[in-house]
Amino acid sequence: MKVGIVGYGAYVPKWRIGAEAIAEIWGQDADQIKSGLGVKEKSVPSLDEDTATIAVEAARNAIRRAKGIKLGEIGAIYVGSESHPYAVKPTAVTVAEAVGLTPHVTAADTEFACKAGTAGIQACLGLVRGGYMKYGMAIGADTSQSAPGDALEYTAAAGGAAYIIGAKEILAEVEGTHSYTQDVPDFWRREGSAFPRHAGRFTGEPAYFEHVLKCSESLMEELGTKAEDYDYAVFHMPNGKFPLKAASILGFDVKKVLPGLVVQRIGNTYSGSSMLGLAAVLDQAKEGDRIFMTSYGSGAGSDSFSFVVTDLLRERAELAPPVEYYIQRGSRVPYSVYAKYKKLYRSG
Amino acid sequence: MFKKRDVAIISAATAKCGERWESGIKDLVWEAGVKALDDAGISGKDVEYMVVGNMSGGMFVGQEHIGALVADFLGLNPIPSLRVEAACASGGIAFSQGYMAVASGLYDIVAVGGVEKMTDVDTDQATSVLSGAMDFEWEAYFGATFPGLYALMATRYLHDFNVRREILAKVAVKNHYHGSLNPLAHFRNRITEEEALTAPMVAYPLRKYDCSPISDGAAAAILAPLEIAKKYTDTPILVEACVPATDTLSLLKRRDICTVDATVNAARKAFQLSGRERRDIDVMEVHDCFTIAELLAIEDMGFCKKGEAGKLYEEGQTYADGSLPVNTDGGLKAAGHPVGATGVKQISELVKQLRGQAEKGRQVSGAEVGLAHNVGGSGATAVVTILSRRS
Amino acid sequence: MSTSAAPAHWRRMRERYRLTGSKCETCGRTYFPSTRVCPNCRRKGKVVPIEFSGRGKVYSYTVIHSAPKMMSQFTPYAVALVQLDEGPKVLSQVVDCDPDKLEIGMEVEACFRKLFEQDEGGIISYGFKFRPLDDSWRKYYRK
Repeated sequence: MKVGIVGYGAYVPKWRIGAEAIAEIWGQDADQIKSGLGVKEKSVPSLDEDTATIAVEAARNAIRRAKGIKLGEIGAIYVGSESHPYAVKPTAVTVAEAVGLTPHVTAADTEFACKAGTAGIQACLGLVRGGYMKYGMAIGADTSQSAPGDALEYTAAAGGAAYIIGAKEILAEVEGTHSYTQDVPDFWRREGSAFPRHAGRFTGEPAYFEHVLKCSESLMEELGTKAEDYDYAVFHMPNGKFPLKAASILGFDVKKVLPGLVVQRIGNTYSGSSMLGLAAVLDQAKEGDRIFMTSYGSGAGSDSFSFVVTDLLRERAELAPPVEYYIQRGSRVPYSVYAKYKKLYRSG
Repeated sequence: MFKKRDVAIISAATAKCGERWESGIKDLVWEAGVKALDDAGISGKDVEYMVVGNMSGGMFVGQEHIGALVADFLGLNPIPSLRVEAACASGGIAFSQGYMAVASGLYDIVAVGGVEKMTDVDTDQATSVLSGAMDFEWEAYFGATFPGLYALMATRYLHDFNVRREILAKVAVKNHYHGSLNPLAHFRNRITEEEALTAPMVAYPLRKYDCSPISDGAAAAILAPLEIAKKYTDTPILVEACVPATDTLSLLKRRDICTVDATVNAARKAFQLSGRERRDIDVMEVHDCFTIAELLAIEDMGFCKKGEAGKLYEEGQTYADGSLPVNTDGGLKAAGHPVGATGVKQISELVKQLRGQAEKGRQVSGAEVGLAHNVGGSGATAVVTILSRRS
Repeated sequence: MSTSAAPAHWRRMRERYRLTGSKCETCGRTYFPSTRVCPNCRRKGKVVPIEFSGRGKVYSYTVIHSAPKMMSQFTPYAVALVQLDEGPKVLSQVVDCDPDKLEIGMEVEACFRKLFEQDEGGIISYGFKFRPLDDSWRKYYRK
């Protein structure tokens, strides 16, 4: 039974903060940081936006693209995030209520750092292919925490993407998926802590690269595919450099990575990162294109996917705003406003 | 066939409005109530029935059962005494109920009171309590504040009728001027148009001086059948009409946000019952919870066409010496807005004017017929009362 | 606003999340908020739920500068009466827009936002707000 993406949607808040504004506060060199990280500005949520509101906007866009879908037939909803508004009370139920999936639906929130959303995609693949339901929805959305003054502050951004998985009217078929998971303390946040901590350079080779590379290689081996067989490649984007390096090692031409490399202009949307990159690719991919995607979540693990675009994608893509629209409508705010929106101020 | 009796006000009194730290509800009702009883030359024993307007004793000072409280602390037990509530129109509604009690023939001497103690809670909480006057679920919940609702009316009004923003300032300046001459007013300072136009923004386009204050206060009036009123006063004030009306609770359901249909309906019926013409009115107390409200009310009651009230202010006609004096005590803006008391405070001011007892500079010369207009919320309740002097 | 009224938050949740009201199938009029009886047809009217499109125009607006504690972190914020395309008016905030640029007649569409939090550990209340209508995204597909 063929399964795949039957609808997809993205959302990025309007506000941005440039690297210069952050560098000025901490007395750092903005140009060096921009070139070192490959990120020039990041998206900032409004005071009244959070993971739930971002997830709802993305979900509504996904439903628009899954034209004609009966909401009652979406039997599952998973929301992956590192910034769920509640520690206990899932974002998924708010989204389900807001888009009209309740009450005959299974729902849960997932957490696996930046790959919480793709884990949800895999769960939906299983439920649909197993014949338990017609459709499932998986969302990766975040407002992303970063400690003021930490390097993460330049990249931790807000945004999300939603995917509806099904077996009918597929826009991009899933050829296969593979995951690679180990216990690696590269980046974490304890319950109750406001900001995550990370192990500096340890987050590179033994964490991001170990999992992204091994997972990607394993999937391609399983499917019998090679980098040259793909038209697009999307990797998790903690910054603008890691995905390009991973792509190069795996043999993907940089031209195939750039369309999905949204991090340069909106930053790293944590659980939304690779899923937003995939959405940007779907906004332009044509029938027959093959897309490779590997997410990465600290802690650590990767989920790889291989997609083939169908003849339905182009006409359905046009039914909702593309990622490029959300990127281009950005409007900069100064650090003071950023701090207010991210509630970095302590009062009383 | 039942025929209602003519009703007269035999006395009225107002407590000083403002931040009355030393006075609680019991002290405020005493201040106004005792003065009203004394002025009528009656004792508590003569009162047979009482109605008290109070919006929220419970949320402001944790005190409900206001009717019983007032009866107790004025020494009026065991008479029936109840509280009525219609947000900022509680006082006007209380007056209408007192009027009905006498008109019906069931009671002769009836006391009407109004009281609100707002300053025990901080401004923030007071504002929260007042938001109960709007539709909590669909207005307050979505971020509307009380000034915000009137600001929505103002934005549309200024736009639709091409009215200068300065007109709103003129309303505030006039009311502060009258208030400066009224020893019982909350605010005694005069302000300039410039000050009004540059004061801190509350809810665009309304600024600080466009908004009535949070005040403590009380007022009382004693009613009697006209046929026996002369026993108590040389100048009974006849209640020619007292008409309440309602409209939708929320602004979003209104037919036209620049017209308070409740006011239109109440005024139309009041003029019909009294047989008066608009030009007969010598002095008015109008519900200026916000400056825009005063303009809309004058139009809604038929004194001029919609959008044209501003002309009266350009020409200074609403001052005590003008052709249509409005809010000669300073209105809600300067005299104060102790919510549940305001409607009765307005009656008290009219009684003073019609008896020629107001201070110089704010006394309307030869006033014989007065009108009071009291509103609840953003216009969900309105009470229009027409009074005239009988010598 | 009462702090622990979970039932009160929940009671109108679906209407706030999805901007729903009522439609009278007998006379065709739509209403917000929902109504059990059509004011026009009274008992003769057949009233059903309707989910509004979310599109409308600004009928009037204000910018709140002074707000109660629960909302004070958001000031200044824009509040508008929006006349929905279907007819009824609703009241909510206008976001993603410079308050100075608000105009009567501006086209808007509904979006899903946080209304307020009871307090730091309390329930988060969500509902509809409005943002300026922007159909410019369609041009990205014309290439």
